[in-house]
Amino acid sequence: MLVPVDLAHKERLSRALDCAADLAGHYGIPATYVGVTSTTPSKMAHNPEEFGQKLKAFAEAEAGRHGIEAQTYVAIAHDPTTEVDDALMRAVSETGADLVVMASHVPDVMDYIWPSNGGKLAEHARCSVLVVRP
Amino acid sequence: MSDENTNQGIPAPEGAAHVIETEYEIGQDNIETQIGPFGLDIHNPVFLISGLSVVAFVAYALAAPTQAADFFGWLRPTLTSTFDWFFLLSANVFVLFCLVLIVSPYGSVRLGGKEATPDYGYPGWFAMLFAAGMGIGLMFFGVLEPAYYFGTPWGDEPLGVVRPFTEDGELIAANVDEARRMALAATSYHWALHPWAIYAVVALALALFSYNKGLPLSIRSAFYPILGERVWGWWGHIIDTLAVFATLFGLATSLGVGAQQANAGLNYIYGVPSNTTVQVLLIVGITAIALVSVLRGLDGGVKILSEINMIVAALLLIFVLFAAGAGTILSEFVVGLGAYAQEIVPLSNPFGREDTGYMQGWTAFYWAWWISWSPFVGMFIARVSRGRTVREFITCVLIIPSIVCILWMAVFGGSAISDMIANPDTSAVKANVIDSYSPELSLFAMLESLPLAGITSTIGIVLVIVFFVTSSDSGSLVIDTITAGGKVDAPVPQRVFWCTFEGLVAIALLIGGGLGSLQAMVISTGLPFTIILLLICWAIFKGLVQERQNT
Repeated sequence: MLVPVDLAHKERLSRALDCAADLAGHYGIPATYVGVTSTTPSKMAHNPEEFGQKLKAFAEAEAGRHGIEAQTYVAIAHDPTTEVDDALMRAVSETGADLVVMASHVPDVMDYIWPSNGGKLAEHARCSVLVVRP
Repeated sequence: MSDENTNQGIPAPEGAAHVIETEYEIGQDNIETQIGPFGLDIHNPVFLISGLSVVAFVAYALAAPTQAADFFGWLRPTLTSTFDWFFLLSANVFVLFCLVLIVSPYGSVRLGGKEATPDYGYPGWFAMLFAAGMGIGLMFFGVLEPAYYFGTPWGDEPLGVVRPFTEDGELIAANVDEARRMALAATSYHWALHPWAIYAVVALALALFSYNKGLPLSIRSAFYPILGERVWGWWGHIIDTLAVFATLFGLATSLGVGAQQANAGLNYIYGVPSNTTVQVLLIVGITAIALVSVLRGLDGGVKILSEINMIVAALLLIFVLFAAGAGTILSEFVVGLGAYAQEIVPLSNPFGREDTGYMQGWTAFYWAWWISWSPFVGMFIARVSRGRTVREFITCVLIIPSIVCILWMAVFGGSAISDMIANPDTSAVKANVIDSYSPELSLFAMLESLPLAGITSTIGIVLVIVFFVTSSDSGSLVIDTITAGGKVDAPVPQRVFWCTFEGLVAIALLIGGGLGSLQAMVISTGLPFTIILLLICWAIFKGLVQERQNT
């Protein structure tokens, strides 16, 4: 099970995270927390290695809090503004996940022009996608 | 939440790089907001100031066109002729600085830390080096410049070389070889080591301070060793705003001028009327394609377009090479390389020269032009160059593109000169470059002398347009990153805004007049940027020294 997380906005993800942890605990499956980062310095981290460490710390905290088994996966996008979906798709195929649990944003008119990450993933990924409303 | 504590602080990457300790957090000055359905994440105040000053300058050029044209039309030549020595010497410094870095031990520093691996393979990387700024120039000047130097009757022959034509346009056989050799050397001088060294310096600084030192990907970061924490304040705002300003106007005016060129080409080949309506349509078309590409992102948009363009340009190069006689042209390339090596010292020496027409009108103009584009091109190159060592980076950004450019000039310029020598009376190149000066037609005039002119000219127009798309696209990415305070994950509407804004500025200037004067203004920004670049060399050196000491 993959759980894409945006470390910069993790407070907005609580429902999706709880849901993912609940599923992981109920079925006894490990949750893989996926973070997408760029190679350039960002608010979160100076470089991908540092991002990986932060993601790991986050995953361990989630694991400890919910008593589940957690792993991490760092996906790199050269241009995160538009390539988050592609990075997540790669993560899905490389890990061979069966299920993606991710948060949605509040749908608005722009979704007709630019599909949301969750929407695009649900449409194109080869596994099931559970999009959790905030 | 319990995990908050474990996330505090920034763990140092283990021995991989020397991260600069700073209190600054990327995006701390940003305004994150929602206007209607559009999410925004912009740097305060760089975004607003640069946006508003662009509007103000456009308004000025439209409201007082004569005054603007007079002022900038005076400013640009005055700067390039007064400070010609400064431009020439600085460009020499950049070349020497880069060459020294290749052989020095600092060349082994890896951009992105010791363990970093390159983001892009060689083909995609090389293609993108040309995509931002150089490709379009090669299309425009590849025929024009060698042909011009070969036959110029306006007294700006490089190093005062002898003219191969008499006043009546008769060929003087004895002067041909020397004029031809010097034409190639003088053109190569403007397109090889010096411009690429300028780009390499900016790109290296940004890559080093961003990937190794952990500072935001923005021009101001290169000044950290000099200004310290002050780069996050007004010093930094001014540097970034100036960069956005030069990039946006550089792109918008090139877009406008480029639309005129493409229109002239279409007119020459297909008889499409040459007027503002067609040009506006071309700008709209180019901007629309650029928008699609911008929305597809770096890997899905500009990278793919650049690769396609490189393949098409290479095919055109091979076609011209064989159609114009591979043996002659390849010997031209060897002669060009040799002449470049021989003449580079006299050409780059600013003192005691008598050919001021060439030195001020062409060389100093070019240097100011390359330098005013360097924040844009340099930042784009930095964006795609992570994971290379400094040595590899400079070799690939300086030496290899230089050789490609010399080859390009030898093939396109060489075949144009051959045509002028073979048919001095009927040559279309001579008619459009020497007899009456229509620079935008030079490429098509040269292709006319070869077989399949209809097809190759169409390919030429397509190449011009796609190179404009990649310039507009990469420029929007760069401006968006700077105005988002170094964030590369700003919301999509922002980059759409900048891309559209460029197109609108170009259209406004095209309809209202003022393309020429604002282009002159952009080139004038080359002077302050030259000083900035010299400081950057020092910053790079300091950064590399620290990097080696601390890893």
